[in-house]
Amino acid sequence: MSGFRLDQGGRVDRSRRVSFSFDGATYRGFAGDTLASALLANGVMLFGRSFKYHRPRGLLGAGSEEPNALVSVSRGPGRHTPNLRATAVEIYEGLAATSQNRWPSLKTDLGAINDRLGMFLPAGFYTKTFMWPRSFWDKLYEPAIRRMAGLGEAPSEIDPDHYGAVYAHCDLLIVGAGPAGIDAALEASGTSKRVILIDEQDEPGGGALDDPALWSWLNESLKDLAAAPNVTVLSRTTAFGYYHDNFVGAVERLTDHWAEIGSGPREKLWRIRAGAVILAQGAIERPLVFAANDVPGVMLASAARTFLQRYGVAVGKSVALMAAHDSGWRDAFAHARAGVNVAAIIDVRETIDAALLAEAQALGIAVRLGHSVIEVHGRLGVKGMTVARNDGSAATRIACDALLMAGGWTPSVHLWSHSKGSFAWDEALGAYVPDRPNEKVRCVGACSGKWNFGSGIVIDALPTPRNQARIKAFVDFQNDVTAKDIHLAVREGFKSIEHIKRYTTTGMATDQGKTSNLNGLQIASQALGRPVTEVGLTTFRPPYTPQTFGALAGHAKDDLFQPTRKTPIDGWAEEHGAVFELVAQWRRARYFPQGGDDMHAAVNRECRAVRSAVGIFDASTLGKIEVVGPDAAEFLNRIYTNPWKALEPGRCRYGLLLREDGFITDDGVSARLTPDRFHLTTTTGGAARVLNTMEDYLQTEWPELDVWLTSTTEQWAVIALQGPLARQLLEPLVEGIDLAAEAFPHMAIREGTICGVPTRLFRVSFTGELGFEINVPAAYGRALWEQLMNAGAAWGITPYGTEAMHVLRAEKGFIIVGQDTDGTVTPHDAGLDWAVGKKKPDFVGKRSLARPDIVAAGRKQLVGLLTDDPAVVLEEGAQIVADPAQAIPMTMIGHVTSSYWSEALGRSIALALIEGGHQRMGEMLHVPMPGQVIRAKVSSMVFYDPQGARLHV
Amino acid sequence: MLLVHCPYCEEKRAEIEFAYAGEAHIARPLDPAAMSDEDWARYLFIRSNPRGRHHERWRHIHGCGRFFNAVRDTVTDKFEVTYKAGEPRR
Amino acid sequence: MTRFSAFSLFAKAFGGHQSWPEQWPDASPKPAYDAIIVGAGGHGLGAAYYLAKKYGITNVAVIEKGWLGGGNTGRNTTIIRSNYLYDESANLYDHALKLWDGLSQELNYNTMYSKRGVMMLAHNVHDVQSFKRHIHANRLNGVDNEWLSAEQAKEYCPPLSISPSARYPVLGAALQRRGGTARHDTVAWGYARAAAALGVDIIQNCAVTGIRRGGDGAVLGVETERGFIASKRVGVSAAGHSSVIMQMAGLDFPLESYPLQALVSEPVKPVFPCVVMSNTVHAYMSQSDKGELVIGAGTDQYVSYSQRGALHIVEHTLAAICEIFPIFRRMRMLRTWGGIVDVTPDRSPILGKTPVPGLYVNCGWGTGGFKATPGAADLLAYTMAKDEPHPINAPYNLDRFRTGRLIDEAAAAAVAH
Repeated sequence: MSGFRLDQGGRVDRSRRVSFSFDGATYRGFAGDTLASALLANGVMLFGRSFKYHRPRGLLGAGSEEPNALVSVSRGPGRHTPNLRATAVEIYEGLAATSQNRWPSLKTDLGAINDRLGMFLPAGFYTKTFMWPRSFWDKLYEPAIRRMAGLGEAPSEIDPDHYGAVYAHCDLLIVGAGPAGIDAALEASGTSKRVILIDEQDEPGGGALDDPALWSWLNESLKDLAAAPNVTVLSRTTAFGYYHDNFVGAVERLTDHWAEIGSGPREKLWRIRAGAVILAQGAIERPLVFAANDVPGVMLASAARTFLQRYGVAVGKSVALMAAHDSGWRDAFAHARAGVNVAAIIDVRETIDAALLAEAQALGIAVRLGHSVIEVHGRLGVKGMTVARNDGSAATRIACDALLMAGGWTPSVHLWSHSKGSFAWDEALGAYVPDRPNEKVRCVGACSGKWNFGSGIVIDALPTPRNQARIKAFVDFQNDVTAKDIHLAVREGFKSIEHIKRYTTTGMATDQGKTSNLNGLQIASQALGRPVTEVGLTTFRPPYTPQTFGALAGHAKDDLFQPTRKTPIDGWAEEHGAVFELVAQWRRARYFPQGGDDMHAAVNRECRAVRSAVGIFDASTLGKIEVVGPDAAEFLNRIYTNPWKALEPGRCRYGLLLREDGFITDDGVSARLTPDRFHLTTTTGGAARVLNTMEDYLQTEWPELDVWLTSTTEQWAVIALQGPLARQLLEPLVEGIDLAAEAFPHMAIREGTICGVPTRLFRVSFTGELGFEINVPAAYGRALWEQLMNAGAAWGITPYGTEAMHVLRAEKGFIIVGQDTDGTVTPHDAGLDWAVGKKKPDFVGKRSLARPDIVAAGRKQLVGLLTDDPAVVLEEGAQIVADPAQAIPMTMIGHVTSSYWSEALGRSIALALIEGGHQRMGEMLHVPMPGQVIRAKVSSMVFYDPQGARLHV
Repeated sequence: MLLVHCPYCEEKRAEIEFAYAGEAHIARPLDPAAMSDEDWARYLFIRSNPRGRHHERWRHIHGCGRFFNAVRDTVTDKFEVTYKAGEPRR
Repeated sequence: MTRFSAFSLFAKAFGGHQSWPEQWPDASPKPAYDAIIVGAGGHGLGAAYYLAKKYGITNVAVIEKGWLGGGNTGRNTTIIRSNYLYDESANLYDHALKLWDGLSQELNYNTMYSKRGVMMLAHNVHDVQSFKRHIHANRLNGVDNEWLSAEQAKEYCPPLSISPSARYPVLGAALQRRGGTARHDTVAWGYARAAAALGVDIIQNCAVTGIRRGGDGAVLGVETERGFIASKRVGVSAAGHSSVIMQMAGLDFPLESYPLQALVSEPVKPVFPCVVMSNTVHAYMSQSDKGELVIGAGTDQYVSYSQRGALHIVEHTLAAICEIFPIFRRMRMLRTWGGIVDVTPDRSPILGKTPVPGLYVNCGWGTGGFKATPGAADLLAYTMAKDEPHPINAPYNLDRFRTGRLIDEAAAAAVAH
């Protein structure tokens, strides 16, 4: 409890006080504080508990690299966010944050028993135990492991916020607005390039924010950039991933720092395509590895200086430095100059730049060279440390309440790694630095390995006289990976960094190893006695920092998740109480309940109406393609299984479409309007696929054919009028078409007008009744529907939905592709031999029909199935066997594809795919269901009006 | 998301405008009936799937609608060239 | 091999864990072996283990171009289930599922197979028909799979949204209770350790550069970066790189390799009790023992070996996840990665003999290979040991593409009409 706010300094606005709470206690900070700086200023050192051992943890860093100080922020229903870094949470009036992964409280956490038991929980311990007794795993061991794991609590209510997304294009994208990034932007601002400069912090400046000497430069530079019309500067925006061809994903955080949430999006996804990219992501300081280097108060020296100079907060009243690098000395000097006592500077190196030593002396700081910290005292906060010479002698205890670590620097090469740029190992820096680019990108500033922080040595772990196997010297703070865990992994044969990483979990925490990767590599390299380059390079994967699911989902939620396609008549159906079903992207009216109808009652009524009077059905979802050109008939002849050339204008034909592997993929009735013009229909779900297939053949296989294909699905509204009274109803409304049976036979098309609207009138039937399908321009669809309803009232017109349509067509044995066929069914299997042109030398899929297993006996074939008990309706998908007495696993010979109650027949009917079905007519088969076996007899697929008398009237 | 050059529009556009359409230069045989089952299966199913230069087809489905060919390195995902359907293999 | 147990862990703790031996030695190649497996993923290491354990062939090498378990074994979302439709598939995947049960004890290595249940959501009438067909077929095949109403599905997985006003409302679900997840890395490590203990050589960082064949066409061995290694039996289990290896033997295969991405969220306390899959909305998810939500994305559309996927695939995947589980919209994505999946025309594997005598193959698992690991490994070992396929993998031959006897589960799921 020793941090405090300095009387002056920092960039916080001391005129604006902000109150907030942490774990229920209220604190005050200033506008411009992060949760971390404000709590530090209030003397708080303890921020969280670690993942595995539940050790007390404070702050390690001051930015997005922070592994320890994870908190949850809740701000009203649905606005709970776990695992936020306290160093990146801006405070606002009323902010309520809580600590995580502790019970009952942060100070007294019973999970810390794991720390005591740590000797039994080395890396990979879980692979070695929890195996006996076997039955304990599911009920006892695994649930216990799961309860111990995890960080914060997941949200439990629906997020009321929304998220935006944009595309952006620029000539130059600069990632990181530190001095290097700002310089690059200033240079480009004088050109005609469109420039985007993005930075993850709440204000641009990066490292310059920590250095008051640069503040006036920073102000001037930002003013210049703001004045440059070609430069866009985005703060609070994290470039999280670098994808192919200079495509960079970034998320801008818009509202989380506001005290009052407005109506705008919480976050915005930027999808940026850049001509060139400059990465100026800086570098992150590296911790040092020594015993108890995780006690709250042990932190990166650069982070302490950030708190000091940017926020005006001292991390302790008496700070000490443990250094392997010059940069830490400057951080310690800054503390001394700000009036904070510097208890000691310890440096593992024997010799140091004389200027640094002189400055230390001038500031009155005690210096010990060739020494290392061998222990940190205190549990919930640093109380002191023991240091010793590197040979282990002269152990001395020094009091301090914060210990700064300066272990050198690691360039932030995450995005470079995403872009698949190559790396070179820099021995002096002990780091991988960018080498050859794979995209149009370059690195500038510290992330390229060039910095002016001074020099240092690279060290895997500080020397200690103590038994390495008995101390906890942390490498990955969040995942509680210690140096000895890495040694254990190596001892057990894990020799590549990918193995070590997976076995120990080092680098796999929510900070993705920003502070731990290089230390892990160095330790593994030492343990293996091999250079780092032979141990490997861990590749970074997007995102740079964790990003909100909602931001990546963007606008695609609820109704905008995917468009719902609706027909022109959909509104009428909705107003008249239709129950809908989803078919592909469409919604279709399934049935129209009246009064208290259930589906069964409604469908029976609708079926009766069609069979006895007239029904009206919205068929607008059918796919439609206009095929035009001198070679149109030749083209269709090659595409479909059946012959098309002889089809006369004015007539229709059922078309069957195979994939090149011989299996049915689509079907539909199509009409020849004129010698060079066809109106094709496809299934509802297959329209786009069929058009794409046709375009493919037309453009790439048969470019010599003069044919044009146009999707007309949405140009036409299609209303089916079906039933014995359909003609009488239609007659007075149609002009220019003779509806008489001989003039307009079944499977014909005529053009004329209906209710004054031009129409393509098909005489076709998917119900087995006299029927018409009226195509009118889509805009007239609903008006015509209403006219027909009015005119049909006297005839008992009844709207029917897809369910009745299914029943009616099944009564006639008409198949539905995708329900009665499943991508493994040939025309012969489906009983559609009649639709295959035997004399045609070729069509798409023909050759495959001659393959050995396609002509073999015993294939599943589509047949009718009638239950012994006519009242029993089989379940669609039910399996069929010949011998119901057999043991499991049973030999199944087929399954029910369609099954309905047939009101017309007063019994159930079904279609089924059955092995050798065509040869089994009349055979009694069995459908074993839970608790009973249903007997059913194989029959013809045509249950109703097999002669088709009702069609030809 | 790749950038794809459409040889018909003569523009580089984002991958989401395009649909990949499989390996290129696998012409449908002129007389399938004369082929053995082996040769027909080879036409239907065998693909070169190389690590490196891959001849492939794309369709500018949300643009001009044309199918075209491309050479792309399957290890780096970089396009070497795109060219119109019907032009000789590059 | 030091036996792993709570006791040994306890005992070694007092020695500071200094005396744990290597789990597997890093072997150097011998001039010749009785059998060689190319590819040290779970499938390949498992095949070596079963060759030694069940079929008595211990002079075996597993050759890996990188590090063992570094391919799809360590990159997948670890879903295990066997509720497939066709007899051929149900037999294959249920063989694997039975081996998963007890694998930890068999290998003396905790593979963390967790029977959390795999629930597949039905969003339209067509899904319902399709799932019912699966459930009935599974029941008669002795494979567990049951139908749940939307309310029952929600009870089994409380984060699920069953709002009827959703764009794709949940109409019900098929649940396989024996389905679940396992810890992917430990499967490779467990097989490696157990195989090594039986005398198998695991040779890492040794890329195969050729397959040498004799005058009669039969396999003589493999050329590698570290020289020729002789063996008259070579099994290839190289996932996305299978077609490249087969071409070394002069064989063209019906395979294409696609990038497949997956991602995890930050870890949170237990909130998601099972595996949920939705083919219609295109997403699947589970929660790992560590607390991360593990999410599978779709494949990118083009052939690639880059292990690098596109952002828009991730966007679509997370939009789908947020649709089914809107309470997770504020969760955060921690890490994405890519694998290379080898896909056959019918999306079922090729597992058995090849036209080259002595050359065996196990490939084409597409996005579903992890769940089959122990089964595929055992069947590859059987086929190599007996020079003939086991009845379970006999249908998964290369010839089916000639004859038309495809095993097309995806086609059976069909398309909307």
